[in-house]
Amino acid sequence: MTQTDGAPKPRRNIELLLLLLALAVGISANALVGVDQEKAFDTDFWFQSSLLAVAALGFHVVLRIRAKYADPVILPLVVALNGLGLAMIHRLDGPDDDTGNNQLRWTLIAMAVAIAVIWFLKDHRVLRRFTYISLAVSALLLVLPLIPGISAGEILGARVWIRLGPLTFQPGEIAKITLAIFFAGYLSSNRDLILLAGRKIGPLQFPRFKDMGPMITAWLVSIGVLIFQRDLGSSVLFFGLFIVMIYVATSRISWVVIGVGLLLGGGFVASNVFSHVGLRINGWLNAFTDEVYGRTFGGSYQIVEGLFGMASGGLVGTGLGQGRPNMVPFANSDMIIASFGEELGLFGLFAIVMMFLLLFTRGFRAALGTRDAFGKLLACGLSFAIALQCFVVIGGVTRLIPLTGLTTPFLAAGGSSLLANWIIVGLLLMISHAARGPVDTTPLPPGTETDNRQAVPAIPGQPMSPAPRRNPQIRTDTQTEAVRQL
Amino acid sequence: MNQAIRHSWIAAIAMFALIFGAISFVQVIGADELKANPWNRRALIQNYCNDRGAIIVAGTPIAQSVPGSDSCKFQRTYTQPELYAGITGFFSKEFGVSGLEKTMDEQLTGNSDQLFLDRIGQLFLGNQPKGASVELTLDPEIQKLAYDLIPDGQRGSIVVTNPKTGDIIAMVSKPSYDPNLVATQDEAAARANISELNQVPGINLNQNVSGPTGAELAPGSVFKLVDTAAALSSGKYNKDSVLPNPAELSFPGIEYRLPNYAGGTCYTQNTASFAFALQQSCNTPFASIAQDLGRDAIANQAQKFGFGEELGDQLKLDYARPGFPTDLDGPGLAQSAIGQRDVRATPLQVALMTSAIANGGVQMKPNLIKTLRSPDLRIIDEPKPEVLRTSTTPEISRQITEWMTSVVSDGIARGAAVPGVQVAGKTGTAELGTDGLNNSWFTGFAPANDPQVAVTIVMQDVDITTGAQLTSPNAKKIFEAVLNK
Repeated sequence: MTQTDGAPKPRRNIELLLLLLALAVGISANALVGVDQEKAFDTDFWFQSSLLAVAALGFHVVLRIRAKYADPVILPLVVALNGLGLAMIHRLDGPDDDTGNNQLRWTLIAMAVAIAVIWFLKDHRVLRRFTYISLAVSALLLVLPLIPGISAGEILGARVWIRLGPLTFQPGEIAKITLAIFFAGYLSSNRDLILLAGRKIGPLQFPRFKDMGPMITAWLVSIGVLIFQRDLGSSVLFFGLFIVMIYVATSRISWVVIGVGLLLGGGFVASNVFSHVGLRINGWLNAFTDEVYGRTFGGSYQIVEGLFGMASGGLVGTGLGQGRPNMVPFANSDMIIASFGEELGLFGLFAIVMMFLLLFTRGFRAALGTRDAFGKLLACGLSFAIALQCFVVIGGVTRLIPLTGLTTPFLAAGGSSLLANWIIVGLLLMISHAARGPVDTTPLPPGTETDNRQAVPAIPGQPMSPAPRRNPQIRTDTQTEAVRQL
Repeated sequence: MNQAIRHSWIAAIAMFALIFGAISFVQVIGADELKANPWNRRALIQNYCNDRGAIIVAGTPIAQSVPGSDSCKFQRTYTQPELYAGITGFFSKEFGVSGLEKTMDEQLTGNSDQLFLDRIGQLFLGNQPKGASVELTLDPEIQKLAYDLIPDGQRGSIVVTNPKTGDIIAMVSKPSYDPNLVATQDEAAARANISELNQVPGINLNQNVSGPTGAELAPGSVFKLVDTAAALSSGKYNKDSVLPNPAELSFPGIEYRLPNYAGGTCYTQNTASFAFALQQSCNTPFASIAQDLGRDAIANQAQKFGFGEELGDQLKLDYARPGFPTDLDGPGLAQSAIGQRDVRATPLQVALMTSAIANGGVQMKPNLIKTLRSPDLRIIDEPKPEVLRTSTTPEISRQITEWMTSVVSDGIARGAAVPGVQVAGKTGTAELGTDGLNNSWFTGFAPANDPQVAVTIVMQDVDITTGAQLTSPNAKKIFEAVLNK
């Protein structure tokens, strides 16, 4: 990982070029869909295309002003993915469906929110102030779908939706971000205590409970809530997020060992205790048996139809608009990867997966480059979350692992997921701006803790100097109020 | 920390490597298997409106594609639908494909390798895709005769084969159904029709659970042919053996008694020859043989006749293949040896057993396909008779034939006798419970010295008198019809 010599380069013009390419991909995909369905280039098409282009270029301009050193590849990648998703959702719409336009509306909202995040936050380190507020918000978001009145009830076996007027929203998607902020904030503050204090049992070093307690509690509660809401995919995602962030904070592989052990153990227990988990696993292992295929709940019909679709796509696919992805249930949301596999073939799907790969790689690159532990943890956590989410979804659709109800980032129909993932992109762009830009010597806004610990090497075996501990201590007290108020 | 970030990235890359592998597997490596899956309706929908090849019996199409609506250029129709439903199956968008429509789908749609050149031609000439047509070995007159010999409302199956070639001459069962009802492009009507069909007892659209190929029925006394072959090939018995023939067979330690059939003449002798035991279909001699030889010897011989085994690659229909039961106590073995208890056979399996005896102990592959023709009527395939397996020796089959001939000339299958022709046969009556209803069987062939035709008839759920009327006399009619051709 060598950084170019001399002064940092913004590379915004490269971004503009790539962005135009990305828009061309998304818009021409949409045009192809229109051509094949004999409703080509009407005013709707031009209107929608220009909206997307204006939003993307607007985003680009904001980056020029507010984060000119941000990674130039991230935005074009996301715009291309989002554009492809819009085209496919539009293509899957029946004559009376409006999912495509709805998705476009949400895309614009999500991009606006991401722009707002970049514009008003200016520096990701500000978020560290909100460590415990993030925890409180995460808890609130996770519990919302269980509260009568705003809960949208059980949809497709899971209780993860809330109703806001005419809209339904999945607050768990946003909780993914707030929880990552909490983990990053907490770990960057308490990292040294976790690392150095504690007992060694065999080859593994265990931290003291009081250092890990809040974190483990927060995490167990969120997993517990998700299991209660029957949101398997998010449980796995939060679990992975937690493991990777604590691993990065401590560099101890033992956390990964313990984590994977817990995951397998927990999965085994869950599959025996919760019928819906057991059915999912059974539906995965025995997808091609009559009994499982025909089962109404937890059956394998959906995944098997998806596999048939992908198989019919083969290497080059049927072409956009030429296949029959609509034969697969949830073709535009949970199973959108199968729709792409069918119509764009192995080559097209590989390209899409490669875009995700590049996206999270740029996120990890930002994590490497940024200088503060909080930013490193946050960028790493969010990037890994994108990778893990892709793995869980695509692995589920291809029957590599049991299918769980997670959305494919940027592609699948669904407003909450788009919003959350665009916010993640905004954060990654900001962190990459800090990583790639000149060393920032300007003081942070008041109240933001400067990360001076990296300059002071910890002496092994010595308790940490109380200085960096002082500030978080004060904050901890004020924010536990918020936690108690829940 | 940076090292850990790099490791996390490697973990993420590893997950994506798995994804790339999984996608490659689904879309390329395992794609053919997924495409061939019977649940996969994509190929069907793809080809649904194309001109499919016809299924032909003696020059007349029994299944063909006729011009359809604007949205779907061709509609599949079936002529004499009930008569051939068990053979053709149906071709439905909504309910999938069955029968020959399914197993010969590649040829009928024109996607088989044999039609590669035709496809290239269609590509250049811009013709509508058209599939190969399949001509069957069935004889329409015998098929019709056999079908009419099963009274309406009666459940039963008849299989007529040429034992020397394995060609199936007729294969029918009742109740049957009209595949047009399922194949109609009016999906709502198809749904309504199929739920109506599902109400009719005995109708099952799956050939591996019903009809001549799929109904697993207690074979009753026709299974005694297996015992006889097992006895003779064991070396412990020969044609002159004297078999014990008590009125009842008892078993140590339990009260159960296995009796001879009360209505016959078995009770007149305490011992019996093979000829007598077969002619009168006495139970106790064969139960004793089974006890003497043991379960494995009987199971082994049953397997050689095809019970529990594959039926070869020329049949092109789904079928069931019940075998001789494994866990048997003493009475269980004795009862199974006379075709009761847990022993099951499909009508086709019994027909193949008889065909093997008729053909000097050699079982031919059952064959339904006479020719396969490309759209320009060129013959692209013509299955030749092939040996499926050797069931017994020529000597033993000749001996059993002799006894079976005496069953028709002097025994309880007299009704099957054809004047001037030596007919070999064996009847069976499998009791289904206590209500006096049985599965009534006849299986046999003619002429005994030069077998041209083997006939197997089973009538389900009949009393003894009805069963006797519907089996042997009907076999006679079929023998006459085939031999007079």
